[in-house]
Amino acid sequence: MSAPNKSYDPVEVEALKPEEIERLRDEALAAFEAAADLAALQEAKVAHTGDRSPLSLANREIGALPPQAKKEAGQRVGQARGAVNKALAERRAVLEAERDARVLTEEAVDVTLPFDRAPRGARHPLTTLSERLGDIFTAMGYAVAEGPEVEAEWLNFDALNMGPDHPARSTQDTFFLKDATGHSTDGVVLRTHTSGVQIRSMLAASEPPIYVICPGRVFRSDELDATHTPVFSQIELLAVDEGLTMADLKGTLDHMVVSLFGEGMKTRLRPNYFPFTEPSAEMDMVCFNCRGESVGNPDRPCRTCSSEGWIELGGCGMVNPRVLIACGIDPNRYSGFAFGFGIERLLMFRHNVEDMRDIVEGDVRFTLPFGMEI
Amino acid sequence: MRVPLSWLREYVDLPAGESGRDLADKLVRAGLEVETVEQLGGDLKGPLVVGKVLAIEELTGFKKPIRYCQVDVGDANGTGEPQNIVCGARNFAVGDKVVVVLPGAVLPGPFPISARQTYGHTSEGMICSARELGMGDEHDGIIVLPAEFTPGTDAIELLELVDEVLDIAVTADRGYCLSVRGVAREAAIAYDLPLSDPALLDVPPANSYGPLVKVEDPAGCDRFVARGVVGIEPTALSPLWLQRRIQKAGMRPISLAVDITNYVMLELGQPLHAYDRSRIDGAITVRRARAGEKLRTLDGVERTLDVEDLLICDNSGPIGLAGVMGGAGTEIATAVEDPETGRVSGTTEVVVEAAHFDPVAIARSVRRHKLPSEAAKRFERGVDPEAGKAAAQRAVDLLVLVAGGTAEAGVTDIAAPHPVHSITIAADHPDRVAGQEYGRETVVRRLQEVGCTVVGGDVLVVTPPSWRPDLTDPNDLAEEVIRLEGYAELPSTLPTPPAGKGLTEAQRLRRRTGLALAGAGYVEVLNYPFIGETVLDAFGLDADDPRRETVKLANPISDEEPSLRTTLLPGLLAALRRNVGRGATDVALFEQGLAFRVDGTDPGTLFKAPRLPVDRRPTDEEIAQLDAALPRQPRRVATVLAGNREPDGWWGKGRAATWADAVESARTVAAAAGVELTVRQDQHAPWHPGRCAALYVGETLVGHAGELHPRTVKALHLPERTCAMELDVELLTADGSGHVEGPRISGFPVATQDVALVVDAAVPAAEVESALRAGAGPLLESLRLFDVYTGEQIGADKKSLAYALRFRAPDRTLTADEASGAREAAIAEAVARTGASLRG
Ligand SMILES: [Zn+2]
Repeated sequence: MSAPNKSYDPVEVEALKPEEIERLRDEALAAFEAAADLAALQEAKVAHTGDRSPLSLANREIGALPPQAKKEAGQRVGQARGAVNKALAERRAVLEAERDARVLTEEAVDVTLPFDRAPRGARHPLTTLSERLGDIFTAMGYAVAEGPEVEAEWLNFDALNMGPDHPARSTQDTFFLKDATGHSTDGVVLRTHTSGVQIRSMLAASEPPIYVICPGRVFRSDELDATHTPVFSQIELLAVDEGLTMADLKGTLDHMVVSLFGEGMKTRLRPNYFPFTEPSAEMDMVCFNCRGESVGNPDRPCRTCSSEGWIELGGCGMVNPRVLIACGIDPNRYSGFAFGFGIERLLMFRHNVEDMRDIVEGDVRFTLPFGMEI
Repeated sequence: MRVPLSWLREYVDLPAGESGRDLADKLVRAGLEVETVEQLGGDLKGPLVVGKVLAIEELTGFKKPIRYCQVDVGDANGTGEPQNIVCGARNFAVGDKVVVVLPGAVLPGPFPISARQTYGHTSEGMICSARELGMGDEHDGIIVLPAEFTPGTDAIELLELVDEVLDIAVTADRGYCLSVRGVAREAAIAYDLPLSDPALLDVPPANSYGPLVKVEDPAGCDRFVARGVVGIEPTALSPLWLQRRIQKAGMRPISLAVDITNYVMLELGQPLHAYDRSRIDGAITVRRARAGEKLRTLDGVERTLDVEDLLICDNSGPIGLAGVMGGAGTEIATAVEDPETGRVSGTTEVVVEAAHFDPVAIARSVRRHKLPSEAAKRFERGVDPEAGKAAAQRAVDLLVLVAGGTAEAGVTDIAAPHPVHSITIAADHPDRVAGQEYGRETVVRRLQEVGCTVVGGDVLVVTPPSWRPDLTDPNDLAEEVIRLEGYAELPSTLPTPPAGKGLTEAQRLRRRTGLALAGAGYVEVLNYPFIGETVLDAFGLDADDPRRETVKLANPISDEEPSLRTTLLPGLLAALRRNVGRGATDVALFEQGLAFRVDGTDPGTLFKAPRLPVDRRPTDEEIAQLDAALPRQPRRVATVLAGNREPDGWWGKGRAATWADAVESARTVAAAAGVELTVRQDQHAPWHPGRCAALYVGETLVGHAGELHPRTVKALHLPERTCAMELDVELLTADGSGHVEGPRISGFPVATQDVALVVDAAVPAAEVESALRAGAGPLLESLRLFDVYTGEQIGADKKSLAYALRFRAPDRTLTADEASGAREAAIAEAVARTGASLRG
């Protein structure tokens, strides 16, 4: 380090002569240009911009100059150093780009190699379809109600206007139960529908309005074949409120099929008989596949609806006032509607499943394609 | 109910071109479930004529006997010459009248008929069997017609071979549609045409000299009509038209008297019974059975009667199970010809019974004796109590007409008083049920159409007709109006439920659990809940294990699996085995569902559900009694896995599924539930005694996980090292998931310290970890076991556990002394609790 010296004459300082500064700059630029790789550039950088480089040393001499000379020399050196740094940055950018291009090429892999290291899982389509239906109705304000699968006969039959001698009761293929020692049980069965949950919902509510859906597994002593299973899934709906009508039932069904299958879908009711509803109806929906256009059109047959144009969905009706009475609800003030259908059948026609056994056997090849939601 | 269109047209004058399908469409809209419309003789084409067999030549030398016949077919063949026909049947003789199909005709199938060479002769057509004509398949051999028909007569018309039959599934409320009369009534309404009611007959009034009848149980039998017919020709056969109608309706012609009772039942819906009067001893008596009484029914089965069974009796005892089936002892006798004298014996005197029985009594007898019958089916669903007199008259008329009998003048008609049942409804009640305005006029008209008597203005008093016992409530009447006005016309409106709260926490958890397990590579299966004893044996369960205490099915699908599951594992393991059997190697499955447990229930109330009334809400105590009768039905979640958890691949070897994956699946479930799971070593069937983890939330045992016992694996033919987890979701979440306080994130640097401790091999890692945590105090941010070492360096029966501890303070940078101080405290606690020593 040199101390300022008032008698110092800039002309005398060789290092600060303009020609000398220019020479140092040009040397540096040439050295950078000549650097073949980043290591060489680093060496050139140390040599030409480092603390001991001629330019740095020259810069240090400026402080000793008288004010006027200081300004001139400062500008000169500053411009030279600016040019050098710029050249260095440019050359580095070029060399880095070259290096990156080379290294990243060397690191390239075949990204089409199969990567199935983490096994995939899936949820059962009956579960997800049932949830999908649940979402449609919870969005409307319904609650999802559930109940036991081994159910009291009073809740499964009697309260639903199916007394012990009702002809409909014997057609339900009920599974009856015995205790662990083989003795028969009193008034307890495997539920044949989820209607017991409807009854429980009405008994639990102090007063309507009641809007619930009841999904769940139900049991009928059928043999398993391509279209039947002794254990299947059902979803039932119950609405009890002041002034509910069959038109409300129809509108609710229409809304459901639009939600499930898209705009333009609708339902149709046909008279039928169920003890727990009066009036009762069978509900059909327009075939979502052909939208009814296969009817009378042999050139365009529809497998989904057998060219009938309609698909049978399930049963429905206005809650029989006798059922309301058994649940302590005043039928003169309140009315209700209900419907129910099997989810297996819905899954079969919505997803073109041909054999019920595929749904129940638990083969992962069946379930995996359905993923997480349906 | 099968209804031939030709029969129905007798009572409703349907438009000429109206087809069975047209009618079916209208009836479906009115609420009758028409399952099929059968086209009889649809592709049938003549000539099909009556022939008289003139000569039969037996041909020999063939595999079976063959006949070469000459048959007179009148002018039907254009020449009047006998027709030469080869025939393989043998149930006819020279002189018999048969049905002949001539070349050029087409039989149902369709089978075109032409003259053809066979058995060395030219056969100019065929002699037909019932099956070939589409008349049913119960008869073998060809049809032999009654002698009165002329050769050449068109047999298509004679045998009524072209017809349409509507097959209707009659619902429990529409008993009246189990008759042509009832269906015709619906057709008449649908077409707005008058009905000629076949029950409108001239019936002589009751008198005191009819067959002797005593009704001792008027509650069980509120109507009993009896008539006598004498002088019946025992050999008389049912006329063809009657046989054909019965056949088309799906019943089999049996004998004249039985055919007539069946015919009248099909026509009017009133079941009848015909007794051989010579076999009745004294008065016909209706009463309940006495203990120990027996009856041999028409089907030949001797039945021990129940005191609730309603009986028809005479002095000898029971002669019929009322409304269900008659007894063999008073059956109409088949005509038998004495080969020596040539005299024909058989029933010549008949008592016809047309009664009305209590539906409940009939239904119970049917169930008790497992004896469904056409008669019982009608009584169970409700028979028109006013139809009995007409039905008896119709049967008498037919016996006179076709069997040469003479009607006796006596008419027995015992009737218990029958209260008239009226229903009062507001005239706009159907409107309010439907959500559509019909108006009083329409409501009254529709109710009158179904046969009701209606009086009143804004309030209507409606008396249903005798054939509609199902019409009891205001909504029954509303349904009649709405169905006849058309369900298709109903508007579509949406109710406005109050705002909902969405799914419950338990329901959301179930979805999260499913998503988490599926995300972790498990595939959901939904197994039947049926299990057998063998799988519990394979599990190695102790005799008193509560999982052996199963709820059993009285009527299982398979005797191998008569019980309800007490654990989800049997079904899951069967599904695993099925997948492996079908070629899968790496399988991971899960299920969420209910198990059925008797343990923890009160044996005093279990399976003893009271039969509560339905005319009021049960009390809360009564509802509690129903619930106390049910077994526990805990919701459980389980996983099973075998093979590789990670597959072999180009990246190298895969990783076999182990006990740890099973435990991990439990952690996945616990994480979804937001609860902390702790693990303890356990021994619990069916798990491997050294590789079984008990899963705890706090001090509550919620389930188990690990590798299955090798014996269980072998017994169930599972892949080696199959692993499983099962836990009780309700126990898991019993304390609710922890409420999460937002963590304060410290910005100060972390201080990391490693610790390696040597402990006895038997010391569980979980204990060492909890000791370290307890000792380290609040500065400990996290702790992780990164190595487990066993080997010579540390001696036998020892293991070394290496942990990385991270310390951090919320408010300052920790000094080196603070960090090592916390580490020392952690080590000291581990030494004190587990006997650990610091590894040098
Ligand atoms: Zn279609």
